[in-house]
Amino acid sequence: MIPELGYAATVAGFVLALSGAVAAVVGGWTGRAEWLRTGERAAIGVWVLITVCIALMLYAFLTFDFSVRYVAINTNRGTPFYYRITALWGALEGSIVLWSWMLSIYTLIVVVQYRRRQPELYPWVLSVMLGILAFFLLVMTIPAPPFERLTPIPPDGRGLNPLLEDSGMITHPVALYLGFTGFTVPFAFAMAALIIGRTGEEWITITRRWTIIAWYFLALGLLIGGWWSYHVLGWGGYWAWDPVENAAFMPWLTATAFLHSVMVQERRRMLKLWNLSLIILTFGLTLFGTFLTRSGIIGSVHSFTQGSIGVFFLSFLSLVLLGSFSLLAWRMDRLRAESQLDSVVSRESTFLLNNLFLLAATFTVFFGTVFPLLSEAVRGVKVSVGAPFFNLVNIPVFLTLLFLMGVGPLIAWRRASAQNLKRNFLKPVLAGIVAAAVLRLFGVANVLVLAAMGLVIFVSATIVLDYARAVRARRRSGEGWSAATWGLLLRQNRRYGGFIVHLGVLVVALGVAGSQAWSVQTETTLEKGQSVELGGYRVRFDGLEASEESNHGKVTGTFSVTSGRHWDVMLHPGRKFYPQEQTPIAAVDYRLGFIEDVYLVLGDFARDGSQATIKLQVNRMVSWLWLGGFVLTIGAALAILPDHRKPA
Amino acid sequence: MTKQRKFVAGALVIVAAIAYLIWAGVSQSVVYFVTPSELLAAPVANKTYRLGGLVQPGTLRWDAKSLDLSFTLSDGKSSVPVKHRGAPPDLFAEGRGAVVEGLWAREGYFKASLILAKHSEEYKAPHEGAEPGYKEIIKSLRGDSR
Repeated sequence: MIPELGYAATVAGFVLALSGAVAAVVGGWTGRAEWLRTGERAAIGVWVLITVCIALMLYAFLTFDFSVRYVAINTNRGTPFYYRITALWGALEGSIVLWSWMLSIYTLIVVVQYRRRQPELYPWVLSVMLGILAFFLLVMTIPAPPFERLTPIPPDGRGLNPLLEDSGMITHPVALYLGFTGFTVPFAFAMAALIIGRTGEEWITITRRWTIIAWYFLALGLLIGGWWSYHVLGWGGYWAWDPVENAAFMPWLTATAFLHSVMVQERRRMLKLWNLSLIILTFGLTLFGTFLTRSGIIGSVHSFTQGSIGVFFLSFLSLVLLGSFSLLAWRMDRLRAESQLDSVVSRESTFLLNNLFLLAATFTVFFGTVFPLLSEAVRGVKVSVGAPFFNLVNIPVFLTLLFLMGVGPLIAWRRASAQNLKRNFLKPVLAGIVAAAVLRLFGVANVLVLAAMGLVIFVSATIVLDYARAVRARRRSGEGWSAATWGLLLRQNRRYGGFIVHLGVLVVALGVAGSQAWSVQTETTLEKGQSVELGGYRVRFDGLEASEESNHGKVTGTFSVTSGRHWDVMLHPGRKFYPQEQTPIAAVDYRLGFIEDVYLVLGDFARDGSQATIKLQVNRMVSWLWLGGFVLTIGAALAILPDHRKPA
Repeated sequence: MTKQRKFVAGALVIVAAIAYLIWAGVSQSVVYFVTPSELLAAPVANKTYRLGGLVQPGTLRWDAKSLDLSFTLSDGKSSVPVKHRGAPPDLFAEGRGAVVEGLWAREGYFKASLILAKHSEEYKAPHEGAEPGYKEIIKSLRGDSR
């Protein structure tokens, strides 16, 4: 029953989305309200139908309805309740459903927010969003049907990929997809602006908050993905330059470029063409990422080899790029800059440099990701380009970006005077140099780490200095402490939200630099009662225990950890045996710390429990990545509060 | 106009520098993916390869004390002995696919520094009465601890 109902809802959703898009186009063209109302009703209908799909799918998962192929593959009778819900988006078909559902919600919000406020842009925005929804519903209808029927109905399902039995499964995909789909809104507004020829700053101002939200969720999704990799995969790392990570990282990089370059357009009415191109690129990269990871052309944890879905995504991507760049070419005469760059030493040019380096990073990631494919297709030689490539190219690029992050927000527009430079940057530069020198004296020899730390201190100092000056000015004009400190943050929320986001990025950068430079690890086999020492910790193997969980068996080790000081803690890494997998999977245990984490993986063990092979790591400053995520959250929240500044 | 040109020239210099970095990066860090037959046809000592094949049943040796792991990777035609230091990773087992990264040692074996085990796509339906293999392990561990 469920497969047929679900399939009917999917097909109806596709037809409705497509006809709604057409109705909205007619409404925009003729200006007749009833067509537009039809489009709106279609948008509501599409949301209802996708919600029905989700509800049916949940019902199928919760009642173990193995007549649905997707349910049979991604769950079994032992799968805990919680993971039967997250299994909904645990694989290809379901993740497309989640994607469409979020997009349909965004579409409704756009309807509610803009139908009265933006009567001219709105019909075209609606039609673009419905058109994109139609594509995703088409994918759900033909190449990736979530409700495909399975006959004969098996007595039990195969079970969720054990690696996905983790709390990160609720937050990571949701955050990531909120980010991916979020870029549809600024993209739709950009297209609408091109269509009606209002190519000024309007579409940027309207969608500023949308862009920040999408950017933030994408960043959050990436960080949670790193956390998942760190505490589930058992290799002690958080980022592997895996194609799927790259796929999500690329639109984040171009979106970051976009967030900065739009400020130049708002202020100086330049870069119109550039900004439109960036949002097209960002939206295109979200599609490209899905193509890359879901078509199975690249092997990865996240790719589920599937037949024709790649063709669908690639065709749609070409259509989107062709359509939007044609619009751009058609409106070229309206996209001329209304002012020029005055000086190399100015905020505009700093932002341009920032864009150049962000795009360089994007291209590097793109190149490294597709190079193995190209090499195989063109030369017939299989190669791999691993982390060394990405690190070699991207580390200098990211260090430059850190430097620009310090300069950009404080350097003057148009032309910076020597006075401006001295006032804003002399002390921070000195602070950065002193910090690097002090670290050098303490024995840090790695040049890249010294550079990263020095730059982080430099940028932090620029932010602190600027804020302190502003507070002092407020105090002088007679404000109390709280008005001058907290009040300032709220009154200039855009500026200080941005600064706090920068601080978050700095904290993440410290985490990356510190963990790369100072983490240590060892692998060894211990007899019961024997211990090993690493980085000031002593780890003793106390024994193994076996247990039966609802859907797997587990062997758990007990290890007591003593630090040079005086705390004792028990760590229980284990190995999980799933019936659907032929080999066990590690269950990591760790103790997180502000400065360092003790991270323990159980490798092999003797069948009588007398010895265990472990991988022990002392990972330094990894927690700063997660801490940076919290700081980012605060900054992004502040930045999207209603703008208190008067329009310029 | 000259100012605009200066900007363009500056941007070009930066682009060229980054292009050089990418080129240097690729030529330094590209790793060739070979099968056992391809490797044995023309092995270059101390060059980094990625070698992919099936872990030949009966060849897996693991010594927990010394952390020495050895096995043979085969593509059906040729097979290459592989040595590694460290416990076998998740998803790694005899009869399954694996990719190893490392060097071809002059002594005639492949010295792996990294093992990437392939997730098995094949799915064995659970059938009535059959106990999953791991129950043995759990029994033996429990027997010992009591």
